[in-house]
Amino acid sequence: MLTVLFDGIATGALLFMLALGLSVTLGIMNFVNLAHGAFAMLGGYVAVVLLKGWGVPLLWCLPAAFLISAAVGMVLERTLYSRLYGASPLDQVLFTIGIVFASMAMASYFMGAQHQIIQLPPFLGGQFHVFAGFDVGVYRLFLIVVCGLIALLLHIMLTRTRFGSQLRASVDNARVARGMGIDVDRLFAITFAVGSGLAGLAGALGIEILDLDPTFPVKFMVYFLIVVAVGGTGTLGGPLAASLVLGICDVAGKYYISEVGAFIIYTVMVVMLIVRPQGLFGRPAVR
Amino acid sequence: MKIGFSLHATLVAVAMVALLSSGASAQQPLKIGLIVPMTGPFASTGKQVDAAVNLYLAEHGDVVAGRKIEVLLRDDTGIAPETTKRLAQELITNDHAEIIAGFGLTPLAFAAAPVATEAKTPMVVMAAGTLVIPQKSPYIVRTSFALPQQTAPIALWAAKHGMKKVYTLVTEYGPGIDAETTFKTVFTASGGTVDGARVPLHNPDYAPFIQRAKDDKPDAVFIFVPSGEGSAVMKQFAERGLAKAGIKLIGTGDVVDDDILDSMGDSALGTITSHFYSAAHPSAENKAFVAAFEKANGGMRPNFMAVGGYDGMALIYQVLKKTGGSADGDKFIAAAEGLSWTSPRGKITIDPETRDVVQDVYLRKVERVNGHLYNVEFDRVRDVHPDGK
Repeated sequence: MLTVLFDGIATGALLFMLALGLSVTLGIMNFVNLAHGAFAMLGGYVAVVLLKGWGVPLLWCLPAAFLISAAVGMVLERTLYSRLYGASPLDQVLFTIGIVFASMAMASYFMGAQHQIIQLPPFLGGQFHVFAGFDVGVYRLFLIVVCGLIALLLHIMLTRTRFGSQLRASVDNARVARGMGIDVDRLFAITFAVGSGLAGLAGALGIEILDLDPTFPVKFMVYFLIVVAVGGTGTLGGPLAASLVLGICDVAGKYYISEVGAFIIYTVMVVMLIVRPQGLFGRPAVR
Repeated sequence: MKIGFSLHATLVAVAMVALLSSGASAQQPLKIGLIVPMTGPFASTGKQVDAAVNLYLAEHGDVVAGRKIEVLLRDDTGIAPETTKRLAQELITNDHAEIIAGFGLTPLAFAAAPVATEAKTPMVVMAAGTLVIPQKSPYIVRTSFALPQQTAPIALWAAKHGMKKVYTLVTEYGPGIDAETTFKTVFTASGGTVDGARVPLHNPDYAPFIQRAKDDKPDAVFIFVPSGEGSAVMKQFAERGLAKAGIKLIGTGDVVDDDILDSMGDSALGTITSHFYSAAHPSAENKAFVAAFEKANGGMRPNFMAVGGYDGMALIYQVLKKTGGSADGDKFIAAAEGLSWTSPRGKITIDPETRDVVQDVYLRKVERVNGHLYNVEFDRVRDVHPDGK
């Protein structure tokens, strides 16, 4: 029972990091970036190449995955995404889904269609036994700690720094923020890069748990979108709570009622959206 | 006279043209449409089958019974039965393929079967393993295996070696259900008890299922997953410490697929499975096959999918020799029934009643041989029929 809860929290923590960037971009620019998963996949493959091809230790692969995904995110944002900010949602969706398919084709061309398998360093493998009925997987514990630290860091950045207050102001009302002299475009470019980087980091962390293969951006798109839809945009707490609920329901559903386990998350989403259409912590939309 | 002569000459000319053209049609290349997943989650199956088919052509030449063999490779992505069906139709009607072959997963074989029936085209199933596949069309003949055939021996072995309670974990589609049913039937008939769960075919996440299996405290977990999925299972099995809790891992050979076995690491050691093919099968034919396959494919080890594809070509070649190069559906199937030959896997016979394979099934254990992981055979059940009897 506790093991299931623990595994659920670990999955939730991973989902949180994967979806956070999407929640922020959607919150600030109202930009529907369906290609968010492609950055997560990129991070995953960066880690695989470094780990298997060059023998870099896993703990060094993680920052590399963050940096490379962030850099690619920044470049794409400046060259491609920025052209579509004023465009209709349909154009944005078509454009980003195009990026998804292009990234999938590139991944299977360069890396092959198979699942990527990595060997964890021994100190991250295995489980330790806490008491009867509660086993803690070391790697999942590591995941929770890393995600927790990052969430804390982001929280401090958002609430204690000048950058954070500018970002919150832009999320609340981009037009007024611009009028107050905040460079919203620059802010957005940085946030987009950080969001992509976080997705890349989560993609690298998730190789062990989420089955990295070229279909990754499509496979997990639904999860990201549920997190954003249920959690609301522009806050940390919303996506965090939504990810944890989703992760726990997903794992517990598969464990207890395996026949319908895969559908549980959709039921949860529907119920939550009926109860709180504006998202868990979201305020009713004022636009 | 003059008129008579020219008439005669014309008749001769017409006859000669007719003769020539009929001769030309006998020399026309015979096209085989090979439909396998080359991309997507089951791409490893397609790669193995394709490599084996090419190896067979390289070894045996591309002319049989006076006809040049041309293989038209098509990728059905593994997850879209409607694509497989469309490709089969296109191959037969547009490309004039006279034989269709391949079929990586059961739903894909099901989708193509009506096309084979309608066009009376021989359909050689080289991979998919659900028992009922050959019944879906009278023009199907199979050279891979059927799940009950692979499952019954390990169920008997488990019962014989003191296991009382087994948890079955299978992928929820045709072959998985076949494996689960067979295991349950055979094992409970020997006095054991079976509990179990099914994992979805798409986007599987094994962690909660393996945890559930562990909490059930069985003597062993019996696993069937499609070719290529084994390492994800093995990883969870190791991480969750089932071996330490005294739970053994048993299954059909799919979970310790030769293609990926070596990358699974030490956690796979000691896994006991029953299956018809291991790359470590100690016969001269197999050693030659493995060596040639690895040489032609940059060191890739052949798995059971490869041997299914290789034997599919062996079947086609033998049948064409018997029919004098004709791939007419009825003639082809009649010639295939009862064929028997020695393949890299050992002796294989096409059962005339079911058009399915009768073959030896081996019990194997994962061991480290010369630094690499292999399924080492330690026992065999002779001439197992597709239904496991």
